[in-house]
Amino acid sequence: MIYREAGQFKASYEADMQIFPIRQDRIAIAAIVLFAFVGVPLFASEYWFQAIITPALIFSLAALGLNILTGYAGQLSLGAAGFMAVGAFATYNFMLRIDGMPFLVAMVLGGVCAALVGIVFGLPSLRIKGFYLAVATLAAQFFILWVLVKFPWFSNYSASGVITAQEIVILGWTVDEPVEKYLLTLAVVTVLALAAKNLARTHTGRAWMAVRDMDVAAEVIGIPLMKTKLQAFAISSFYCGVAGALYAFTYLGTVEPEAFNLDLSFKILFMIIIGGVGTVLGSFLGAAFITLLPIFLNQLFHALFGDSLPPAFASNVELMIFGGLIIFFLIVEPHGLARLWQIGKEKLRLWPFPH
Amino acid sequence: MARTIGDVILDLQNISLSFGGVKALTNISFNVRQGEIRSIIGPNGAGKSSMLNVINGVYHPQEGRIIFMGKERRKMNPHEAAAQGIARTFQNIALFKGMTVLDNIMTGRNLMMKRNFLWNALYWGPAQRDEIAHRKRVEEIIDFLEIQHIRKVPVGRLPYGLQKRVELARALAAEPKLLLLDEPMAGMNVEEKQDMCRFILDVNEQWGTTIVLIEHDMGVVMDISDRVVVLDYGRKIGDGLPNEVKNDPEVIKAYLGAVY
Ligand SMILES: Nc1ncnc2c1ncn2[C@@H]1O[C@H](COP(=O)(O)OP(=O)(O)OP(=O)(O)O)[C@@H](O)[C@H]1O
Ligand SMILES: [Mg+2]
Repeated sequence: MIYREAGQFKASYEADMQIFPIRQDRIAIAAIVLFAFVGVPLFASEYWFQAIITPALIFSLAALGLNILTGYAGQLSLGAAGFMAVGAFATYNFMLRIDGMPFLVAMVLGGVCAALVGIVFGLPSLRIKGFYLAVATLAAQFFILWVLVKFPWFSNYSASGVITAQEIVILGWTVDEPVEKYLLTLAVVTVLALAAKNLARTHTGRAWMAVRDMDVAAEVIGIPLMKTKLQAFAISSFYCGVAGALYAFTYLGTVEPEAFNLDLSFKILFMIIIGGVGTVLGSFLGAAFITLLPIFLNQLFHALFGDSLPPAFASNVELMIFGGLIIFFLIVEPHGLARLWQIGKEKLRLWPFPH
Repeated sequence: MARTIGDVILDLQNISLSFGGVKALTNISFNVRQGEIRSIIGPNGAGKSSMLNVINGVYHPQEGRIIFMGKERRKMNPHEAAAQGIARTFQNIALFKGMTVLDNIMTGRNLMMKRNFLWNALYWGPAQRDEIAHRKRVEEIIDFLEIQHIRKVPVGRLPYGLQKRVELARALAAEPKLLLLDEPMAGMNVEEKQDMCRFILDVNEQWGTTIVLIEHDMGVVMDISDRVVVLDYGRKIGDGLPNEVKNDPEVIKAYLGAVY
């Protein structure tokens, strides 16, 4: 079907304010979600679930969390992985220490713990902005990992702080096959992505964006800066915390604090830069892109050069491509892939009569 | 509807404000009556914008009393001033550049939107009803200011004159008791100025909104103001009906002489 709005007249504000106001978007989203739940399990191999799709979904969620804070509320953060660590270790401890604790409840509580930690480390944002705030969140990143290593209680006194995720059982359904873990991850990510989309289109999201775009004007119109910023930190950290819990429970299985290091925080930041700052879609595009690019390059080099290349070659090229892309997006298209997609759609909407 | 000018709604007494050594305002007193259009004029750097910033809590004067709606107020931040019913526009447009016209105006109603984020995340029941109800009010303002055609456009893409209008819409969306306008017509062509004048008068007449207006265009000021305050170098040098001010020798000497 041709992508356009023509003929779709909105008879009510309700219709105009739908989550996806254009019919083609609604159909596409429904089709994608349906395909993800029903189609993908029919086609994909175990390897794809374990190594590609499940982690890509988890990164999408973490990127979405960071996007809420940095993209929507304008508070630059380098602490995303730290908040993921809080979520992972808190979920593990809730499962460990409370008998009969259902996984989903533990995961939500883990997210809440991350949110609380996020609020604490968000306090500097009331005074400082931009680069200086990024440095403060960097402190969060290091402090959280330090605490997790320093106090072995968090990893139940295991050697080198490694935790092994408990078995996930949901209402009698044991989630242990890769496809089951994928479905669980998909369900959580779908729900939270819809929630984020809803937050973004209500006064909660408008307050974030107002603070991002011009904090003085936001305050003058009656938006309390402190509440708005801390709320963004809390909700963002909740998303990262849940992503961390999934990272431990549906992706890695065993995980140590070091898995949530600064590299991961940067990786998530790059995802939103490439995918699109301040859009829900961008979080997914960025995560998919950054997860798939190395695999694609590997295949490509393999096909082109066989085994004759040194193993480090592909990963070096990968780094160069990332670096180049990040500079490209920062300079040329700060709103990332999502914006390119939107421009394409706008063109399509008017095609073939561009004026 | 006939206009009625009521009692004093805002009373400023002996306000002094300085930044380090710079005295921006020195011992200024004047009042604003319910329902009137009160203009502040004066040469560049006279302290007009500073005065507005004092009224809505962006600046805190070192001395003086501010009595709004019968209550003296101590130090108050802009957000509290907004909650009491004071809205404003800025001399340099202060819109939210990344948002659409509609979303910008909707932020004007944030103070009235009380559903917490959990409701909003679900966008269900009361949260949805709230959004729709406030959207209806915002659409009335959009119709009133004749900006229907741009409601979905990101404000950054609009020409200057329309941005000024959107900023007025955002302030109006808060349904303020007192509306502060800092040079709403600066940089506009004649036609745009006429439109803006009409909107200001209509707001004042139809909704009874009290307006404090800073404007350099003397024709406009003399036309639409009920009373005028004249500032010069942070001091008040005139205060009264447009005609009185226009003929005040001190005002002519300091300011109007240069214009006429
Ligand atoms: N935040 C500030 N810090 C230091 N000085 C300030 C500040 N705000 C205003 N001033 C000073 O106060 C004086 C009055 O400035 P104000 O902006 O109120 O003038 P104005 O009457 O609005 O002028 P204009 O017509 O140019 O807008 C000026 O000397 C200005 O430099
Ligand atoms: Mg000024």
